[in-house]
Amino acid sequence: MSIRISSIHKQFGTFTALDSVTLDFPRGELVALLGPSGCGKTTLLRIIAGLETADSGEVFLDGREASNSSVRERQVGFVFQHYALFRHMTVFENVAFGLRMKPRAERPSDSDIRRRVHELLDLVQLDWLAERYPAQLSGGQRQRIALARALAVEPQVLLLDEPFGALDAKVRKELRRWLRRLHDDLHISSIFVTHDQEEALEVADRIVVMNHGKVEQQGTPEEVYSHPASPFVYHFLGSVNFFHGRVEGNALQVGDTDLGPNDSEELNAGDHFVACSRPHELELVPADSASAGLLVKVSRLFRFGALARLELDGQGEQAGQIYEAEVPLTSVDALALQEGSLVRIRAGALRVFPAAAPDEVLATNPVAPVSVAPGPGLASAVNA
Amino acid sequence: MSLPRSRRVLPGFTPTLLWTLIWLTAVVLLPLSAVFLKASSLNAAAFADAAFSPRVLASYRLSFGASLIAASINTVFGVILAWNLVRYDFPGKRAVDALVDLPFALPTAVAGIALSALYSPNGWIGGLLAPFGIKVAFTPLGVLVALIFIGLPFVVRTVQPILEDFDTEYEEAAASLGAGRLATARHVILPALMPAVATGFAMAFARAVGEYGSVIFIAGNIPKVSEITPLLIITKLEQYDYAGATAIAAVMLVVSFILLLIINLLQARVAARGSRHA
Repeated sequence: MSIRISSIHKQFGTFTALDSVTLDFPRGELVALLGPSGCGKTTLLRIIAGLETADSGEVFLDGREASNSSVRERQVGFVFQHYALFRHMTVFENVAFGLRMKPRAERPSDSDIRRRVHELLDLVQLDWLAERYPAQLSGGQRQRIALARALAVEPQVLLLDEPFGALDAKVRKELRRWLRRLHDDLHISSIFVTHDQEEALEVADRIVVMNHGKVEQQGTPEEVYSHPASPFVYHFLGSVNFFHGRVEGNALQVGDTDLGPNDSEELNAGDHFVACSRPHELELVPADSASAGLLVKVSRLFRFGALARLELDGQGEQAGQIYEAEVPLTSVDALALQEGSLVRIRAGALRVFPAAAPDEVLATNPVAPVSVAPGPGLASAVNA
Repeated sequence: MSLPRSRRVLPGFTPTLLWTLIWLTAVVLLPLSAVFLKASSLNAAAFADAAFSPRVLASYRLSFGASLIAASINTVFGVILAWNLVRYDFPGKRAVDALVDLPFALPTAVAGIALSALYSPNGWIGGLLAPFGIKVAFTPLGVLVALIFIGLPFVVRTVQPILEDFDTEYEEAAASLGAGRLATARHVILPALMPAVATGFAMAFARAVGEYGSVIFIAGNIPKVSEITPLLIITKLEQYDYAGATAIAAVMLVVSFILLLIINLLQARVAARGSRHA
């Protein structure tokens, strides 16, 4: 089923959860709604499911207006973050629930229900657990049973709310590969909510990045990772270094360092900007070299394999800024760098965005760029 | 003790177990065994005469029958009340919530006098019902009304916390699987509440069986019609027939114990289904 949502707005008191969001979900794709806690992704999913109603805007399912139809009528399968398996029913009864709730005329016979449930349990590879109760299952098993239960009613679209959020790292990895394979077999249109960029990049056909109730960017994983549309997307999908400064003449000026010519049409002389560069896009040049480059001090140096990862402290006007670089070990050795050495960095690739003011939130590099996405420890935090 | 020593995470198993046994013996078992001791001073014929005369048998029927009916009615309406208090916000909710506990706090005699004043043929409600030929006061129906009154809080107070913890996710899951509101209530919500409902039922029933003060005013105490067993015990005591009174009490104790045991076993079975661990 194709889904189109058109200028959806949702307000909780003074908090704007969704701010005129318009999106298209083509049939058969596995789409990730990615964003930090409170960005509105779960609210959007619940509005698509019919568990929540939007203040304004429309939801179209297969081109038909569905804003006023209830969750029962929408033919969606919903998988909850905490599974919501019925505790007093066996695994079998949980999966059979949707079939038993069908109107008498459409309800399959008992033997058909039994066959169908065992098919689904086979599909999630847990047929041997049919007579157990949910309390006797591990988190990963419960998640798969919840998925089987949602699939039992043959939904036109599958919606998953933080499907792997409450699982430990190893199980998450297994389950998301398994979900990807399942999707490739069933080709059912699916949308899943996640705050884990790695999960979104690895599993989804398409990623919708959200922030503050708005869509920041959408595209294939390759597109959003390689061509982020905003500093936020840069920051949210992987490690990034931010350089903030002003355009002077035709040069991108960070402090008294010239980062290169301004080739952005959005920026005029005098404008503030934020320039973004991934750690592996930085190059190191000698501190005493006359060629331009931002002067920094090596605060930490890790070597792994043929690469070195450096944490670099800004100097002078850039004091307090932390940069991260990933360079071939040979260039570290060529410069004889150690912790405490001074060096200059140059960006081999740089994306420049206009910035409102130099003290914008994102203008400061995170202290530990790797931990931008909340780790598994935070995974069970509830998404508003 | 010859049991193999195993380290327990929580300290204090032995002292708390000892104290539980001592306390139960002193507070519950000793007085109860006194009842049986006293009753055993009668020979079989005298015991049967005291405990199984037609008048006494009629009182058992009324006491246990009305208690079961009252507990059942309280179960149905207690669940509805708890649902309303947990799920909806309305002005005066706190006051309604406090009102539920009133039957706990009110001296039972006060409740009895108030109820008989209301339901007697010239009372507010009794006057309204009289033209339809419905008599409440001084009939078994009056006994039932009093027992419903005093048993009301039990089911509400046992179901309320369970319902508060019941995540709406389960209802949303049921709805997304195509279940209507009624089906959701029947197949998802009620089974989750069952253990608490059963506990509340048992407590309301136990309270109703033992109730005296609020019933005797409204019951009218007509022999074989609206006479409850506790009243018969008191009557015998007033006639200094201590052995006869304890004979009735002993029968009541045994029947109550058996009924509560059955309810508890049923409840344990229901509860086990929901939380079986590997």
